[in-house]
Amino acid sequence: MIELAGINRIFTVGDTKVHALADISLDVKTGEYISIMGPSGSGKSTLLNTIGLLDQPDSGKYLLEDREVTKLNDVEQAQIRRERIGFVFQFFHLVPRLTAAENVELPLVLSGITPTERRKRVGDILGVLGLSERAHHRPDQLSGGQRQRVAIARATVTNPAVLLADEPTGNLDRSSGNDVVSILEELNHQGLTLIMVTHDPELGRRASRRIRMEDGRITRDSLHENA
Amino acid sequence: MKTLDIINFATSALSGYKLRTSLMLLAMAIGVASVIVLTSLGEGARRYVTNQFASLGTNMLIVLPGRSETTGGPPPLTGETPRDLTLDDALSLYRSHAVRYVAPVSVGSAPVSWRQREREVPILGSTSIMLHVRHLQMSRGSFLPETDPTRAISVCVLGSTLAKELFGNITPIGEWVRIGDSRFRVIGVLASEGVSLGLDMDDLAIIPVASALSLFNTNSLFRILVEPRDYSLLTRTKKIILDTIRARHEGEDDVTVISQDAVLATFDKIFLALTMSVGGIGAISLIVAGILIMNVMLVAVSQRTAEIGLLKALGAPASQIMVLFLTETAFLALAGAFIGLLLAYLSNWLVMQAYPDFPVHAPLWALIAGVGVALVTGLLFGFIPARRAAQLDPVTSLSRR
Repeated sequence: MIELAGINRIFTVGDTKVHALADISLDVKTGEYISIMGPSGSGKSTLLNTIGLLDQPDSGKYLLEDREVTKLNDVEQAQIRRERIGFVFQFFHLVPRLTAAENVELPLVLSGITPTERRKRVGDILGVLGLSERAHHRPDQLSGGQRQRVAIARATVTNPAVLLADEPTGNLDRSSGNDVVSILEELNHQGLTLIMVTHDPELGRRASRRIRMEDGRITRDSLHENA
Repeated sequence: MKTLDIINFATSALSGYKLRTSLMLLAMAIGVASVIVLTSLGEGARRYVTNQFASLGTNMLIVLPGRSETTGGPPPLTGETPRDLTLDDALSLYRSHAVRYVAPVSVGSAPVSWRQREREVPILGSTSIMLHVRHLQMSRGSFLPETDPTRAISVCVLGSTLAKELFGNITPIGEWVRIGDSRFRVIGVLASEGVSLGLDMDDLAIIPVASALSLFNTNSLFRILVEPRDYSLLTRTKKIILDTIRARHEGEDDVTVISQDAVLATFDKIFLALTMSVGGIGAISLIVAGILIMNVMLVAVSQRTAEIGLLKALGAPASQIMVLFLTETAFLALAGAFIGLLLAYLSNWLVMQAYPDFPVHAPLWALIAGVGVALVTGLLFGFIPARRAAQLDPVTSLSRR
């Protein structure tokens, strides 16, 4: 489903060039559960952002569902982000003035889906994630775990092809972090491709495929070790 | 994204930051209100002057002896003229159907005395028609009787000041006063009129035109006031007057016909220019409001960096972000303009309570211009913050907490 070939991403910090992604090649199949680990600055987040079309590689080829997406313009990339990609962030990034339901509704609003359809889908997903009673609370009235669950609801309400999670538990205590991970794993069981960046080795080990990155390169990929 | 959703998002963003939004609304409202209030005052001044003229009859034509050869200069009030403008000239104008009123006017100065009191005042010689043409009001008695204008009869009408000076609290009606060498019976006193067309209507005496001509020993009228049957006949009447007088004066164009309309039009232009310039001054405050909106929106963009990054991650293209922010500023501008309209009407109402005679009025073009300029400045100054928002890099904006 995701095919990266020879992806390079170079940042210029001051007058030194940092190779955030150095010649990355990666194939991801539908329904995989991948964890990406590695020290800070190893390029994990940049890889995730590149897959999520938030960041543009300087060179290389990226096929998402057999479409070469690096060559698309801003509007087309935005449409793919809207319809095929879900993001979950470490700091949740909920809009503070909107209620939980409104936050979940946001990607549907951006897609121009009718209010009745939106309400139904938001209601369904909040019910699945056990947030129905919190639907009309604002983010500051929710616990960290609840906030992240709202964020997951928002990321999955559009039925994306892939869910990208950047340190989803990094800002949570262990028990709510476990809650969040089990929700993500449950979604993965239902067929959603899950790619998760994490610092937590214990969390990383739960993934069926584990990737380790250092200095912008993939140094280990459990898929190839087992093969 | 649906239009309704864009509006909802923009309004929720605005209501989410109440202090900021209300400050921007206030700035916009003051800008719009100042445009409208200033133009209202200008328009009020214009109407005030117009009304003053209308009370004299805007469709009045004034026939002066002498020909003004150049345009733009004042009409020759004491021009040298080969032929007199006579009472017969005036009466001949009645032959045209277009003419409703003809009031010959003769002006001179003579002492008016009653018992020991004497006063030197302008003496106006005219006919009963004068009452209609100049819209005069009587406070006591009656105006000059409707008789043959060529007959000199010894009656007079006094201005209110003159009547008071000569008679004090005594009723002057029926008393005989001496004007120059003749005696006249007072038949009426004018209501207080104030100065109109340079003549203090309170401090004069009006006598029949034939009496005035004999009093001043002349055949020449000072001017003739002509009122056409209808306002639309003004130009035609002007031509008829010129033709008639020319025929009577052996083919010489030796009179000047001016319309009060022309004078009024000039005043109108002056006041419109005045109104527009004060409106322009008001517009400066609108631009200041626009700059304030730009600054505050720039701050808003940096405060909402994470939100913008999120919207991009959720799949909003740059153009969508731009539309969202422009909608916000457009809403601010429109809501501010609306509050400004209310403020302007409130202050106009207050001015009207304080000065009931002054016809304050917000002209429609000022309303449209005020709101339009508000919207344009809002969008114009909202453009830079909106573009900055649209160009934010999602990765860096999301990495910040």
